[in-house]
Amino acid sequence: MRDAFIVGVGQTPVGEHWDRGLRELGAEAVRAALDDAGFETAGALYVGNMLGGCVNGQENVATLVADAAGLLPVEALKIEAACASGGAAVRAAALAVAAGACDVAVAAGVEKMTDGAPDGIIAGLATAADQDYEASHGMSFVALSALLMRRYMHETGAPREAFAPFAVVAHANAATNGNAMFREPISAEQFGRSALVASPIGIFDAAPVCDGAAAVVVCSQEALRAHHKPVRIAAASVATDTIALAARSDVLTLSAAAVSAQKAYAAAGRGPKDMDLFEAHDAFTIITALSLEACGFAKRGEALRLAAEGCIAPGGCIPISTFGGLKARGHPVGASGAYQIVEAALQLRGEGGENQVKGARRALAQSVGGHGSVAVTHILEA
Amino acid sequence: MDLARYHRLRSAYYRLEGQRCTSCQAVQFPARTTCRICRARTLEPHRLSGRGTVYSHAEVGPAPRGFASPYLVALVQLEEGLLLTAQLTDVDPEDVMIGLPVEMVTRRIQEHGAQGYLVYGYKFRPILPRRKAS
Ligand SMILES: [Zn+2]
Repeated sequence: MRDAFIVGVGQTPVGEHWDRGLRELGAEAVRAALDDAGFETAGALYVGNMLGGCVNGQENVATLVADAAGLLPVEALKIEAACASGGAAVRAAALAVAAGACDVAVAAGVEKMTDGAPDGIIAGLATAADQDYEASHGMSFVALSALLMRRYMHETGAPREAFAPFAVVAHANAATNGNAMFREPISAEQFGRSALVASPIGIFDAAPVCDGAAAVVVCSQEALRAHHKPVRIAAASVATDTIALAARSDVLTLSAAAVSAQKAYAAAGRGPKDMDLFEAHDAFTIITALSLEACGFAKRGEALRLAAEGCIAPGGCIPISTFGGLKARGHPVGASGAYQIVEAALQLRGEGGENQVKGARRALAQSVGGHGSVAVTHILEA
Repeated sequence: MDLARYHRLRSAYYRLEGQRCTSCQAVQFPARTTCRICRARTLEPHRLSGRGTVYSHAEVGPAPRGFASPYLVALVQLEEGLLLTAQLTDVDPEDVMIGLPVEMVTRRIQEHGAQGYLVYGYKFRPILPRRKAS
């Protein structure tokens, strides 16, 4: 397998884009990434998207984006892995280049959530769960996270307030990211006072419903140009777990996240201590905690202590969600994995601006779909 | 839920029917083609006890289309050891806690299917005190 490098990044602001749909958002991110790389077109386009079918009534999203971005007749395929779709699209592009199928591939993620009515979006998100044994019983995505969070609090003895640092750090980082949805810092006190959505989950535990698109250009060594600041994809791996939460031997271990991280560490010949930053799947504060444990940054039940000690903040031992993460940059579900890779690449290019992690050489990015039923892990190197 | 799907799920929804692996004796729910523990294919239908305790619980706020909140959901740990996701019924939210003994009952799960029929299946309620036979 050949090496694959990220040489172009593009993103739209995350938010409520009332005047733009899937095609405009997707095409804008793809064109921006190609412009950044200095390429006119690509040999393949992989588009991560989760809700096109059930919320927008639009499948075949990759063709839609290829058409809108002026890339026809490019090979274009939609990649779907629930909330990990964007990360899975990057993995597909890396594989295409590594296998020699093409020299330049584009991976994008796009989601247009605000077209749907709230109950339709809640039902759409629940399609990532087990339709027969979870969604059809009225489980919402938030409720499944609440089940995890309450059990975690029960086993660790932690109060709700102990999850505050994840939201506080995410909002602080988003404040200096021009593409973030929420640019207002919040305090731990505000977190503690916030309204509950599904107890013990409050509004500051959960990522927002929003629109957005992000894209990266991946190319081979042969296609590198002098002006590129290549970021090598040192590892890209996927693992799965039971589709229903209840079927797991330990619901508080995100086994798919752990296995995909272990595979990535092995492929890169690195471990957690070698990572300078971690773009975590912080869709809910409880998922952030479980991801930190799954990726080896904390032992089971100890992620909250890591957060309390300031490890996850800028300058800490493992800064997370450096541009605001899913929580505050925003979580356009099928696009979030692509945003993570864009942000990690910017860090490794030294183009993080006010959000720059000093001396960042290596980044871990992990997308988690369906409460841990699928996880995609990337290790990027400057 | 579409009618064909409801029909297909009836043994699981009405009788909590899963499987037992005759190779390693593990019990699983729902049914699969292989044992989740040892991957053997020697599986036989196995009806779960329907009795257990609340392992975790939550109150659903904003509900998905087709459901009317608020209602309670839980992970229930059955006597057999495995977990199940279900709604709780016949109980006040403030009386629910981890460890609460519960049992399966058959209740209406979805109130307005697209074709107007009702979907019934399992929910869990606190175990009622049994009267001693005199
Ligand atoms: Zn077995």
